[in-house]
Amino acid sequence: MVTLLIILGKVLVGFGGLLLLAAYMTWMERRVFALIQVRVGPNRVGPSGLLQPIADGIKLMFKETIIPAQADKVIYVLAPAVTLIPALAAFAVVPFGDSVTVLGQKVDLVLADINVGILYIFAMAGIGVYGIVLGSWASNSKYPLIGGLRSAAQLISYELSLGMSLLGVVMIAGTLSLKGIVEGQAGMPYIVLQPLGFLLFVVCMLAETNRAPFDLPEAESELTGGFHTEYSSMHFAVYSIAEYCSMITLSAVGATFFLGGWRGPLLPPVVWFLIKVLAFMFFFMWLRASTPRLRYDQLMGFGWKVLLPLSILNVILTAGAVVFIG
Amino acid sequence: MATQTRQTDPLDSDMLGPIQTETMTLNMGPQHPSTHGVLRVVLELDGETVLTCKPVIGYLHTGIEKNMEEKTYNKALPMTDRMDYLAPMSNNLGFVLAVEKLLDMEVPRRCKYLRVLLAEMTRLNSHLVWLGTHALDLGAMTVFLYCFREREQLLKIFEKVSGVRMMTSYFRVGGVAREPYPTFYDDCRNFLEPFSDRVDEYEELLTNNPIYLRRAEGVCAMTVEQAYALGITGPLLRACGVPYDIRKNEPYSGYEEFDFEVPVGERGDILDRYLVRVAEMRESRRIAMQAIEGMPEGPLMADNPKVVPPPKEQLAHDMEALIHHFKIFTEGYSVPEGEVYQAIESPRGELGYYMISDGSPGPYKVKVRAPSFANLHALGEITRGGLMGDVVAAIGSIDIVLGEIDR
Repeated sequence: MVTLLIILGKVLVGFGGLLLLAAYMTWMERRVFALIQVRVGPNRVGPSGLLQPIADGIKLMFKETIIPAQADKVIYVLAPAVTLIPALAAFAVVPFGDSVTVLGQKVDLVLADINVGILYIFAMAGIGVYGIVLGSWASNSKYPLIGGLRSAAQLISYELSLGMSLLGVVMIAGTLSLKGIVEGQAGMPYIVLQPLGFLLFVVCMLAETNRAPFDLPEAESELTGGFHTEYSSMHFAVYSIAEYCSMITLSAVGATFFLGGWRGPLLPPVVWFLIKVLAFMFFFMWLRASTPRLRYDQLMGFGWKVLLPLSILNVILTAGAVVFIG
Repeated sequence: MATQTRQTDPLDSDMLGPIQTETMTLNMGPQHPSTHGVLRVVLELDGETVLTCKPVIGYLHTGIEKNMEEKTYNKALPMTDRMDYLAPMSNNLGFVLAVEKLLDMEVPRRCKYLRVLLAEMTRLNSHLVWLGTHALDLGAMTVFLYCFREREQLLKIFEKVSGVRMMTSYFRVGGVAREPYPTFYDDCRNFLEPFSDRVDEYEELLTNNPIYLRRAEGVCAMTVEQAYALGITGPLLRACGVPYDIRKNEPYSGYEEFDFEVPVGERGDILDRYLVRVAEMRESRRIAMQAIEGMPEGPLMADNPKVVPPPKEQLAHDMEALIHHFKIFTEGYSVPEGEVYQAIESPRGELGYYMISDGSPGPYKVKVRAPSFANLHALGEITRGGLMGDVVAAIGSIDIVLGEIDR
């Protein structure tokens, strides 16, 4: 009974926290943008505009849902969920803190410590793209179609390099479990051993989450919103939450693989974990505020001709080092 | 929609047969974030590759040229603001110079300098909007807000000097609407002095940015021959390497007294257009500073009581002044018969006013040679074979104002 309660509690804290964080990332993004762009940003709703995400959520909920007449209605309605659910589920294997003792039981602060954790994350990320492609196809409209095609091509190209960039860490740690990888970084974070892997991961992470400078599937100035052009109301909001959730999840993966996860001096582990994730998120926002967008062919060229060879090279070098040095 | 049959059969199997492929016709605009107003572009796409690109105009037609025929010269003047609403004073200047040419009237030197100062600040205003929106089209948001921060200061100066932020109508036939306010020159100096640092700031974000260079270098290039054939003027022509600038070639309003360079490019691509306009901002700042420093003393208005309204305080005790005032504001002033073409260098290129007068107080015919109209013709040529993202970049680099195209 107690075990069940603890699992329930972990699920609530984990997913609730993730969703809340995702909502507040929109607030943070707007404030960071405002800071960079010499503006004020949202500061009217609540202190420092802190209630803004809630107000936005309420507003979107009360908006009319518009389903285009030519759309494939069932898929059109389901597609946002297909993006959101994997984005949430992927977070399940990320350890966000050390073990704590609750009601006399030792509880690991990870929803599910499975031994193929990183494979699971990639599987979930792979499913997420279906939501985008299905949504754009079901809209039966031209801009979303182009956005969906771009998205499919982009995610396939960059997922390979993303996986490769993490392989080095997996080889050094000797485990696919994220908990095991955090344990392996007791001495020093893997960013020291895998600087190239880290750089590759950060670039691929941007592309994987459709963020600037790789935000081609949305590309407001070209495709007027890309895959979610036809979406409104909560369907649109779900897409948007899914985007932020996958950003947070990948930030968490990055923090776990390269920055030592929840490890850190003085502060409690959960706080360290949050700081590292927020640092990644800030980097996301900083880049979006300061870079132009790549063109489609340049994006594909960069993925296949630069990132993939480099990540394979990184794997080979790491493998050599692991075998010969130990 | 063109249907084409392509033999793409790697398995060489009869079951698959030739694959039917179609090109897609995409209607971009008139409601689209990157068509700068209400331009409609019909694209024929093969995947992301642009096969044809046809601009469709007319969504902002206001009939300004025709309307002018019904109005007196003074009443026609405010309509010029509404054409190129990003460079209102350039439009004012072209119009008043054309009428002054018909009247064979010379304005005092101080008036010329003031007009040059404001025309150059208008160029800054227009180029700032261009730079911001061009960067925004390519996905760089912050440049846009930096540019608008400076533009806001400019608009404040315009508002204080003319009463209106955008539709200034400040220049009048025979002078300007009124004496500038006392601290006008200080305000201009305060804006212009740090302005080159601001331009450095924009350049820091774009000029050496590898992503921007990839999007701009060698993209949508235009040859000199193409430019001549299409009647391209302004920064687009200068980006091809032709130093054609009406301020130098046929100086007007005293531009011959100013010391400035005409920046040119080499390749005629998006990057060159960008570099030329950024360099022009620095040159405009130089000209404006020279105008402030060298501002002559003397009268502001031309000495022609039939055209220039007398000062308000004279009306109370001077019968002649009262009569002139009444005549100017009721029936207007007659302009000798004849026709005239006056071109100026607007921020977008050669802005020409062709005007016929039949001796009445209003023009018989006005034809405006709008630079955006000619420059937009290049869009189809330069985007052919490019990608969809290039179309957006090309529209931004041409720098169109739809109000001027449709008139």
